[in-house]
Amino acid sequence: MKPRNLAILLSAGLALAAAGCGSGSGSTPDAKSSQGSAAPANAPVSITVGCQPPKSNPKERSEWDADVASFQKLHPNITIVSKDAFPCIVPETFQAKLAGGEMEDMYYVYYTDAQKIIAAGQAADISPYINSITTLKDIRPDVMSIFKSGDKVYGLPRTNYSTGLVYNRKLFTQAGLNPDTPPTTWAEVQAAAKKIAAIGPGYVGYGEYSAGNTGGWHFTSALYGRGGEVVGPDGKTAAFNSPQGKAVLDNLKTMRWTDNSMGTKQLLRWEDLMRMMGSGKLGMMIGAPDVVQAVNNDFKGKFDDYGVAALPEATTSLSGGDGYMFNPKATPDQIKAGLQWLEYRFLTPGQGQFNYERAKADGLPVGLPTTDLYGTAAPGIKMNELRTQFATVPVEHFKSYVDGAAKVQFKLEPPKAQEIYAVLDTAMSAILTRQDANIDQLLSDAEKKVNSVLAKSS
Amino acid sequence: MTTMPVRGSRRTPGAVRRGLRRNLTAYGFLCGALICFAFFSWYPMVREFLLSFQKTNFVGPAQWVGLDNFQTVIEDSAFGPAWVNTAMFTGMALIVGYAVPFAAAIVLNELRHAKAYLRFVVYLPVMLPPAVAVLLFKWFYDPGAGLFNEILSVVHLPGLSWLDSTSTALISLVLVSTWMNLGTGTLIYLAALQSIPSELYEAAELDGAGLFKRVWHVTIPQTKLILLVMLLLQIVATMQVFIEPYLLTGGGPENATVTVAYLMYQYAFSFGNFGGGGALGLMLMLVLMVFSTIYLRVSRDNQI
Repeated sequence: MKPRNLAILLSAGLALAAAGCGSGSGSTPDAKSSQGSAAPANAPVSITVGCQPPKSNPKERSEWDADVASFQKLHPNITIVSKDAFPCIVPETFQAKLAGGEMEDMYYVYYTDAQKIIAAGQAADISPYINSITTLKDIRPDVMSIFKSGDKVYGLPRTNYSTGLVYNRKLFTQAGLNPDTPPTTWAEVQAAAKKIAAIGPGYVGYGEYSAGNTGGWHFTSALYGRGGEVVGPDGKTAAFNSPQGKAVLDNLKTMRWTDNSMGTKQLLRWEDLMRMMGSGKLGMMIGAPDVVQAVNNDFKGKFDDYGVAALPEATTSLSGGDGYMFNPKATPDQIKAGLQWLEYRFLTPGQGQFNYERAKADGLPVGLPTTDLYGTAAPGIKMNELRTQFATVPVEHFKSYVDGAAKVQFKLEPPKAQEIYAVLDTAMSAILTRQDANIDQLLSDAEKKVNSVLAKSS
Repeated sequence: MTTMPVRGSRRTPGAVRRGLRRNLTAYGFLCGALICFAFFSWYPMVREFLLSFQKTNFVGPAQWVGLDNFQTVIEDSAFGPAWVNTAMFTGMALIVGYAVPFAAAIVLNELRHAKAYLRFVVYLPVMLPPAVAVLLFKWFYDPGAGLFNEILSVVHLPGLSWLDSTSTALISLVLVSTWMNLGTGTLIYLAALQSIPSELYEAAELDGAGLFKRVWHVTIPQTKLILLVMLLLQIVATMQVFIEPYLLTGGGPENATVTVAYLMYQYAFSFGNFGGGGALGLMLMLVLMVFSTIYLRVSRDNQI
């Protein structure tokens, strides 16, 4: 054991904080001069923007750089200072960057963190400036709600997707299942998992997380899919000790212990399931099309081998995705400039991230339904047309998901998500590691604990 | 009555300059160490102390919240299990991780052949980056195709769930920790053993003492001090166990491996509650200070 590792981690974070103590506003040295005072319309403004693709991803990086160049040509008074990082955000550095004044003016966030950041006062209110975005009225309201608190808006989305069922088409065929008609009910998932596990030792029909808070996250996904709630409407009491909550755990218990279709190794986290999916030994898991992207890019899978179906029986689905928020120290001019860049790069069909023609020419994968920002509004229709027109991945493998996503209502994560997920991890790990686990007892214990978490936060 | 001048109490400026020049290099090294300690150890410790009484978003000024952070973490359902697991891990790590390196050192010391090679083999795990070593065990512990269950099946024994069972998860972490630290402990004990005069063993042998009697009556008394110091250092180190639960179990199953340091990480980085993390850190530090104080006293009394 290296006992000092945590100390070093905390120390490094705090050292960064120390480094920032004297620097005040960090990347926004002229914040005071431009705040409040009306700067000339074309006054020079410089903004730092996070999540530039890393050097290890040269094609996407060069597209980003090209977009920056053409944007700056259109807006000569704006300078975009790109900051690369991979992954774009990690909890270990987020707080330290804020504390040290090193946080970008416009920083990247996952949906999971957005409400936590808003509640902590770590994002700027951009409500007065967002009307400049042409397509604002077309962005799905459920997507916008991720970045809202009351009437105030604190960020804008970049990608958006609902949760579905990721499956390995090759294994479906091997198990005698039809990959073009993926399961639409949990009973069908159970039956398919059993057949896939029967292919041979090492094959896992259905994989599920149960450690590092990811178990609680996926419990929430499955619960939402069944129409359940994690917290009640007042946000003060747990609501997962319900028939839907019991059904989620009961289904897992049957697959794990009666059918033996979930493998023997548990306490799995994100990278574990990605690795299993990439190695071609895992049949199904709850996930979104970004899973296929990760498996293809980083875990040696191939697009052709995977498909995504709608979450079985779901009318609501946990939303996933990412977006950008603004540093509270950013000036109004920087926020305005940042919004222009956001619109240019991430929100306009046919350009930036939606320039599918260029992406195809660059040999990048096109066709994954991970950017459902507009639903059936005009920009959404346009974007989908372009995505299909220039697709390089088999779009028919995602048809069931796309059809289903159009019908489901996206749902936000609960308040105090990580704390609640940590509690629910216990129930998930118990079900998957202990055959005699009592579902009622587990949910009842978790309910008490979550009530205590919520009581403290309110 | 005359007063005798105290020698050296008033040094001439020239002598001071000469002394300074003579020790300049030493002062230089000292400054470097002081700056490093101040920046990377003492300042974070002070900040951590302050943080445990504050609520901060790292953007605006921090608010003083008194003992709220302590109350929050104490009321956390994982607080009790974290301390129990930490204490159990420390206890088991002492039983396994303390005895095994000592036994290995005795065996290595008794060997006549291949001593250097075996010393290298024993020390090898220390050279592996901790994350690599831990992830290696993740594969060893795989209940399906893992190495350990394969070995058990060869000898016709049923496989174990290792990390996936509440009854074996913590001891599985202890085994990883012991394997990773075996080399360092063994080399320290070996050095201590080699400093024991061989005449003592010869005399014991002449008196008819076998291996165990030699160990009991010669080895242990002669290495008592280093054993005590290692015991204290190991308590301080093992109570901060973090990387094993972080990488192998995520605190599970059912909080069976959640430790104080892991919970601290959860508060600071997963929940974004640095105050809660700081409060836990302060509590752990107070406990460790007791053992550190004993260590310092033992070191001072024996001039280690």
